[in-house]
Amino acid sequence: MNNIILFAILSLSAIGATAAIILYFVAQKFKVIEDPRIDLVAEVLPGANCGGCGFAGCRAFAENMVHTGTLEGFACPVGGNDAMSQVAKILGLEAAETEPKVAVVRCNGTFTNAPKKISYDGPATCAFANNLYSGESGCPYGCLGLGDCVVSCKFGAMYLDEISGLPVVVEEKCVSCGACVKACPRSIIEIRNQGKKSRRIYVCCINKEKGAPAKKNCEVACIGCGKCVKVCPFDAIELKNNLAYIDFEKCKLCRKCVPECPTGSILEINFPSKKPTTEEQVQEPKTTASTKILS
Amino acid sequence: MKTFKLGGVHPPENKLSAQTAIEILELPKKVFIPVTQHLGTPSTVVVKRGDDVKTGQLLAKSTGFISANVHSSVTGNIAKIEEVTDQSGYKRMTVVIDTKADEWENDIDTSTGISRNISLTKDEIIKRIAENGVVGLGGATFPTHIKMMVPEGKKAELLIINGVECEPFLTSDHRLMMEKGEEMLIGTSILMKALGVEKAMVGIENNKPDAIEHLSELAGHFKGISVHGLKVKYPQGGEKQLIKALTGREVPSGKLPIETGCVVDNVGTAYAVYEAVQKNKPLIDRVVTVTGKAALKPSNFLVRVGTPISTLIEKAGGTNEQLGKVISGGPMMGKALTSLEVPVVKGTSGVLLMLKEESKRAVVNNCIRCAKCISVCPMGLEPYLLEKLAIVEDYEKAENEKILDCIECGSCHYTCPAGRPLLDYIRLGKGRVSLIVRNRKKV
Repeated sequence: MNNIILFAILSLSAIGATAAIILYFVAQKFKVIEDPRIDLVAEVLPGANCGGCGFAGCRAFAENMVHTGTLEGFACPVGGNDAMSQVAKILGLEAAETEPKVAVVRCNGTFTNAPKKISYDGPATCAFANNLYSGESGCPYGCLGLGDCVVSCKFGAMYLDEISGLPVVVEEKCVSCGACVKACPRSIIEIRNQGKKSRRIYVCCINKEKGAPAKKNCEVACIGCGKCVKVCPFDAIELKNNLAYIDFEKCKLCRKCVPECPTGSILEINFPSKKPTTEEQVQEPKTTASTKILS
Repeated sequence: MKTFKLGGVHPPENKLSAQTAIEILELPKKVFIPVTQHLGTPSTVVVKRGDDVKTGQLLAKSTGFISANVHSSVTGNIAKIEEVTDQSGYKRMTVVIDTKADEWENDIDTSTGISRNISLTKDEIIKRIAENGVVGLGGATFPTHIKMMVPEGKKAELLIINGVECEPFLTSDHRLMMEKGEEMLIGTSILMKALGVEKAMVGIENNKPDAIEHLSELAGHFKGISVHGLKVKYPQGGEKQLIKALTGREVPSGKLPIETGCVVDNVGTAYAVYEAVQKNKPLIDRVVTVTGKAALKPSNFLVRVGTPISTLIEKAGGTNEQLGKVISGGPMMGKALTSLEVPVVKGTSGVLLMLKEESKRAVVNNCIRCAKCISVCPMGLEPYLLEKLAIVEDYEKAENEKILDCIECGSCHYTCPAGRPLLDYIRLGKGRVSLIVRNRKKV
């Protein structure tokens, strides 16, 4: 009896030892030499795996930075300049300062500005609705208000405003990863510079129709009149396909274009002002009419 | 009596306008003719603003292989050529004509007699069909002349004429068979000649016994044409289902019906072919059913292409107060309109005025895995799975599960006890998958 146990222990130990020796040599032979810096870099990255940098995840981003040997063109939108400077310290490189960015919803077709003409009762996804029809207000460029962008946001930085019917970006939480930009079937959301003190000026419309049909569906549509282009002292505004676009790299936030716009489609955000700003109008539109439609 | 085996549903038929004769609608004051009314490459406009056009004059020429000509449906002056809202609310290039009179082009035979003698050769027939812009009037609007050109290595041996009209409410094909039966059968003979086939079968569901009787009688005078009554089951009017029902052959997944040696055309198309070949008349009018429980006087109209749908509804006595939705097409596959000012196009088979309570969507609950959708799917797919895959965006698996074989008949959606929008999500997934497949082919 004792012998059986002894044999079993001995033979198993022998098999184990042989296997261990084989495994040791195999491991030596097929050793993967990985740059230890990859681990260090991956550690300082936020680990959100959002894909905002353009890579499959934080680790893939770290691997690429270490292998390329330069930080040019690499930027982590979530960690921002802090994370990138830490990465630069580890790799002994210089990180280019990037401006903080934020997602901007370029549609102001609230229930009051672009009243509902028809009602949609299909599945609540923008991707399907966009294939099906032009939208409840009739604007073929405007926000469908079904919240694909809200679902796509992994940082809880977006919500659908029930009063206006439009998605709202919570600036403090937005990391400009660009998931919402991809989710929006109409390319309404754009990643723009956050600007000094979060002050921004942008055309809050992407309607490429001519003035009359655009205005028919929405009071605050860009009608492509070109007044803003003429008044801009920095050549920052471009008019293309009946639509003005403000280049945020060139814009110096002088606000000359804002009062020029006849439809009020150019918004100024976070500027101190005497009169109520247009942003407040976005968040607090004349509620009575729109809430009635909702209920 | 024959029918297809797999799946199918039995929605209430509601053929309200089945015994109402086709009424010729007077010319509208203005017509809106979209430049693209077919499946395939958009056509190019060949007229200018301010031009005077005659009825039947070419407005837009086909470009590319799969494309079709578009003709003026009235005589008048071109007011505008611009982007106008179409059925979906998006803009489409449209020719707007102010109607002045109804003066036809000189080479169109406007006599009312039936021309029975088929004198043209095979190639001439196909050329005439192409020139006169005939497209499939069953709803898919695929250019008919392309269907007539059988690809090399394949052989057509049977022509199937689709008089099934399985969509509830619609009666335009039924009325056409009753009133223009002989012309339709001449059109069938023309199509047989163009295809070089000896045999043609006309499939009609047996909820139209008068049409079966009428056509069987007429078909006795035509060589090779036989009329077959079919058991009522939706979606028998689907190309693949009809082939299965009449011949027992099955179209392989991802392949065209020509694989089984069959070519399928709608009765409306056969009539349009008759007019195009024998009378040289372009496809500028069609029979449209205006019906529904909210319609005061369900009717069938012979309408010029480009007539606003609001005019049709007005002529049909208007609507009652319970109107909920206006649908272009039938209740199963049709699409709700966003505006009543959109025009009738070649593919408009009916205008359905639904009651408010009918048009409400069911409350969506969770899938209870009852597999009803699987048992009714005429293509043998698993709709609940395809829906789920489309929602979670697993397009690779959706492709393997043959999402592209879905014919979008809506049987699954109709039958689902949990009220899930199965077809909506399958459509979304199908669109994405076909985009992926197309891009893969390019690479």
